[in-house]
Amino acid sequence: MEREGIVRALPIADPASAADRSLAADPARKPRSRSTWHAPTTERPFAKWLLIGVALAFLAVFLVMPLVVVFVEALRAGLGDYLDAITDPDALAAIRLTLLISVIAVPANLVFGLAAAWSIAKFEFKGKSFLITLIDLPFSVSPVIAGLVFVLLFGAQGSLGPWLSGHGIKIIFAVPGMVLATIFVTFPFVARELIPLMQEQGAGDEEAAISLGASGFKTFWLVTLPNVRWALLYGVLLCNARAMGEFGAVSVVSGHIRGVTDTMPLHVEILYNEYSYSAAFAVASILALLALLTLGLKSLLEWRNAEHLRSTRGH
Amino acid sequence: MFRRFAPLAAGLALSLLVSSTAIAEAAMLNVSYDPTREFYRDFNKAFEAQWTKDGHQATEIRMSHGGSGAQARAVIDGLNADVVTLALQADIDAIAKKTGKIPADWRGQLPDNNCPYTSTIVFLVRKGNPKHIKDWDDLTKGDVQVITPNPKTSGGARWNFLAAWAYAQRKYPGDDGKVKAFMTKLYQHVPVLDTGARGSTNTFVHRGIGDVLIAWENEAYLALQKLGPGEFEIVTPSISIKAEPPVALVPGNADKDGNAEVAKAYLNYLYSPVAQKLAAKHFFRPFHPDDADPEDMTRFKTLDLVTIDDFGGWAKAQPHFFGEGGVFDTIYKPQQ
Repeated sequence: MEREGIVRALPIADPASAADRSLAADPARKPRSRSTWHAPTTERPFAKWLLIGVALAFLAVFLVMPLVVVFVEALRAGLGDYLDAITDPDALAAIRLTLLISVIAVPANLVFGLAAAWSIAKFEFKGKSFLITLIDLPFSVSPVIAGLVFVLLFGAQGSLGPWLSGHGIKIIFAVPGMVLATIFVTFPFVARELIPLMQEQGAGDEEAAISLGASGFKTFWLVTLPNVRWALLYGVLLCNARAMGEFGAVSVVSGHIRGVTDTMPLHVEILYNEYSYSAAFAVASILALLALLTLGLKSLLEWRNAEHLRSTRGH
Repeated sequence: MFRRFAPLAAGLALSLLVSSTAIAEAAMLNVSYDPTREFYRDFNKAFEAQWTKDGHQATEIRMSHGGSGAQARAVIDGLNADVVTLALQADIDAIAKKTGKIPADWRGQLPDNNCPYTSTIVFLVRKGNPKHIKDWDDLTKGDVQVITPNPKTSGGARWNFLAAWAYAQRKYPGDDGKVKAFMTKLYQHVPVLDTGARGSTNTFVHRGIGDVLIAWENEAYLALQKLGPGEFEIVTPSISIKAEPPVALVPGNADKDGNAEVAKAYLNYLYSPVAQKLAAKHFFRPFHPDDADPEDMTRFKTLDLVTIDDFGGWAKAQPHFFGEGGVFDTIYKPQQ
């Protein structure tokens, strides 16, 4: 399998070998022709350009092209149709609901992730590795199963269903269920980002603060939190990106009521199934824009705080 | 940090409040299947206008669409449908049986077995009909590739299967072996079984796979209209099946939400001249053809139609043909 993949990838790398050939005429390469020696850390030019070419071709095919297609298809019918598609009441409701779900799910997972990472990294207790495994569970469980679990729990035929409907509480096929499913799926992002960093930092700073007379809360606020704030922010951004983009789990518990329980990813599917291809891509482009915004924000933070990052991350 | 989150939390509480009040306004939910989206969009507008004109409180009609079986499952799991308008009688029966929210004798509470509109199964072929497909026979010839969804998961696919079966039965009367051989051969010409009717349409139309799509008549015309009439043609076979997508009130939900009156009026309005005309416009065969625009009616070719009752009704046909180890399991082998 692996071998086959490489063989098939070779033709894609053709531009790279072309670049390699043109390099032969490059005067900068002359000194090398005198001796076959090259530094152990530098690859032969052929291998180097081949690898770079493969990587670039891969990026182009799997990342850049799909992204470009989204925007090209979205604007194919013209800017007017594009604006109509994204200001359609159902599309606006979907955007609103997506943002609402993120605004609930992300802070919930921020609090949980911080608490979990803190207790795992700073304390020793029984069952710690089990807890770490549990936190990872949503990564390994298919989102569809996650959604189904909530239907089985809270659905009309589920174990809590009769009690809930008796009290007039709606969870499944309503916003609360969609929030729950999103929280479940985005559970590990913040914790996973924080745990390794906090474990690496150890409890030394906190011990120092406490020995100098700081209260527990003050220690957390002035020592722990500043130490991890960038990692925390990354976790939150990743969590947010996934919360907005989640399809499987949310689809199972949504009930697909137009304008009421449709999020953006679900709305994209609906529009696509209605043969409204440009409208589907228009809404998809908003999702893509939100993702790019998240990415941009992350890069900006990284760039502005490069100094600080180096000191807290140790590399 | 907490100070920064305080406004966020306040905004959150507010938006939750707003969304919950939005849900509290008068609204009723119609849980339907995929191909009815366009029809109900128009019908709901007409009904909402009529309902307020008759002096009732304005009520918003909400729609949920999906595969018919999946939608029935959602209603069973608690999706709060006031009316269901699904593809198969069996799906509504399942809701009645599992939840008791629909009375067991729902079929017959409205005219024509609760079917205000019907459809049939036809072929969609590529422009100019390059493979000369005229009837079911032609689907099993040469290298013709047939696109139809999986009858295990798709209601539409079951109609397709039974329509083909009806043809084979007429061709080989009384010879079950030959009928099965015909069906086996037909499904050997299917390169991909999608899970739903819309999926198959997308496979055929958008991905360009296959020479002929077996589809609901209404789906075929919709695809023709939406995706350029120049690219495809509709072929009506000599014999097909009368596909009856039924509608039903869900008293178990509607009574609780105080929507019984509006929901009943909604279903009755499906039989009104306005609705019948809209149904024909959206390529469904109306129950009252006289109410439809005569021009729309010219689309519907006359052909021999069998009904599900010729197969002993869904209660018998469903397990016999599509149940575990049923006829479909014995004739269909996935292609390697």
